[in-house]
Amino acid sequence: MFSAMLGEAWRAMGANRLRTFLTMLGMVIGVASVVLMMAVGQGAQESVKQSINAMGSNLFIVLSGSFTAGGVRSGSGNSSTLTVLDANAIGELDGVANVAPISTGGGQAVFGSNNWSTTITGTSPSYLDIRSWELEDGFVFSASDMRSATRVALVGKTVVDNLFGDIDPIGKTIRIKQNPFIVLGVLKSKGQSLDGRDQDDTIVIPLTTAQRKILGNQFAGSVRQVIVQATTPEMMPTVEQNINALLHQRHKIRDGADSDFFVRNLTAVANSAAETTRTMSLLLGAIASVSLLVGGIGIMNIMLVSVTERTREIGIRMAIGARERDILLQFLLEAIVISVIGCLIGLALGISGAMLVNKLAEAAVVISGNSILIAFGVAASVGVFFGYYPARKAARLNPIEALRYQ
Amino acid sequence: MAQSLAKKISKNLVDVRDLHKDYYTVAGTISVLKQVNFSMDIGDYVAIMGPSGSGKSTFMNILGCLDQPTNGEYSLDGHQVANLSANALAQTRNQTIGFVFQGFNLLSRVNLIDNVALPLVYAGVEKTERQARAKVLLKKVGLELHMQSMPNQISGGQQQRVAIARALINNPRLILADEPTGNLDSSTSEEIMVLFSELNQDGISIILVTHETEIAAHASRQVRFLDGRIVQDERSKEIYSQLSTEAS
Repeated sequence: MFSAMLGEAWRAMGANRLRTFLTMLGMVIGVASVVLMMAVGQGAQESVKQSINAMGSNLFIVLSGSFTAGGVRSGSGNSSTLTVLDANAIGELDGVANVAPISTGGGQAVFGSNNWSTTITGTSPSYLDIRSWELEDGFVFSASDMRSATRVALVGKTVVDNLFGDIDPIGKTIRIKQNPFIVLGVLKSKGQSLDGRDQDDTIVIPLTTAQRKILGNQFAGSVRQVIVQATTPEMMPTVEQNINALLHQRHKIRDGADSDFFVRNLTAVANSAAETTRTMSLLLGAIASVSLLVGGIGIMNIMLVSVTERTREIGIRMAIGARERDILLQFLLEAIVISVIGCLIGLALGISGAMLVNKLAEAAVVISGNSILIAFGVAASVGVFFGYYPARKAARLNPIEALRYQ
Repeated sequence: MAQSLAKKISKNLVDVRDLHKDYYTVAGTISVLKQVNFSMDIGDYVAIMGPSGSGKSTFMNILGCLDQPTNGEYSLDGHQVANLSANALAQTRNQTIGFVFQGFNLLSRVNLIDNVALPLVYAGVEKTERQARAKVLLKKVGLELHMQSMPNQISGGQQQRVAIARALINNPRLILADEPTGNLDSSTSEEIMVLFSELNQDGISIILVTHETEIAAHASRQVRFLDGRIVQDERSKEIYSQLSTEAS
């Protein structure tokens, strides 16, 4: 019975191919645009997630505060009260996965006849773990390099391009502010940070070396910032409180007095970026769904025309014993078949479109099984929803009038 | 009470008592059928005649369970039609009655064998059986060579044969034919009428609407409608004599 009705639906669709095709087209475009838009949106979310991961997850930055000298207040990061020892103490706190003290400064790097001004980052080896930054080549300096302040360096991609060109930098000696450094490793490219800085334009050296040889420091052991990684996102509020409490105690700050440090939560920025792209992709999906809706209305329109055209056929069927629900099912099935086939073509188009975008624009476009499932479900229910009214109209026809209809 | 019991055990295939049918229009109520009484035995062959507007088509629609009377009783094969649900009515049209129309009313996009088999779809019969039974009937009406043809590829007389085959597919007790020769020339009409006579001899009851006396003469009983009433109801003479010889 059901297969006979499917056959009927197929035959009815074949009777007016152009019209069936045009009706289907509404569905095809609707589904294709939903799939494509969701792929683009999800791609955007994915790339934000990647840049968040590149920055490192669950991060705090503890900045040294300002100091006041002769009525002049310096900006943050200029007070020299934040030390490597503070960083070590923070590392002992519960919920802290990793800690890296950082001192940065500008410096001219020279190799052979090339030179390049870049950011010198003095830090501990854990810095790379926190930033989830891997090496492309070579190896990371060790804790003993930290202790003995050896002159070794890890160079970023941009620095490699500008100083070395085609030469393999590993084992070569560069000079930073007249000090020779041996290049131990090359950092993997990280691209732009969320605020647009080139993260690859840097040289990473042991903190002790930086302080003694490059950046100079009037207060031995003080750093401008400490980067802290919590074990889980849930631990972040606790860790922030504990850092505050610990540093208040260590810096002997009385209650109510100004702190000489700041704790910044980096994840908040990242989360807002993620939130923005999520909203964006929702918006894209919503706009695309409108076309799906329009496609559905197109199906309803054509089905209504089809019921009117086939009034006599309906009358004949009723006269030879079709029940109301047989007629209802027949027209409903036809609407569903149109929308489901339209949906399948739309899926194929949408997916290949997304792949094309991936190829041409090199934009990250992600096709998820979810979006395909959603599009398919929506299309089928659009068929039922918009097919029901015309089908019911057909089923409720008076057989005598239907038979008389010319 | 006693009357309805008596009705149930009657062997009449069709029993119509005091049938009224009113149509309500803006111009007022129009009575199309007024106090029609009619009964028909199993195996009978009745021609219904009358000018247009006399109510014969409405009567046929009510007999065919396509329309409901305003008043009065109609029992078909021992069942009170007024008590049947919409689904049961559809089933009655499917199983008990076979329709033959003036305009053939075949589905134009469907080939002949599927047209003939269509009532079996609504009876829930499997595809192989549907095809087999339709094949037998197409052979019976002489169209076994055209099974895959479309309705517009054959003549009107052949189309009517296909329609008759479709009407027969569920072994109905009653064939209702509404001007079955109205669109056919006289020689094809004659062929169709011969087919009807053969069916009647096989034991199928037939009610035929026509306005041509030559066509009506094929039936064993002629009923004439005028202004919503039956004004004449008589048996063909030769059939009468046939019946009387059989009886004696």
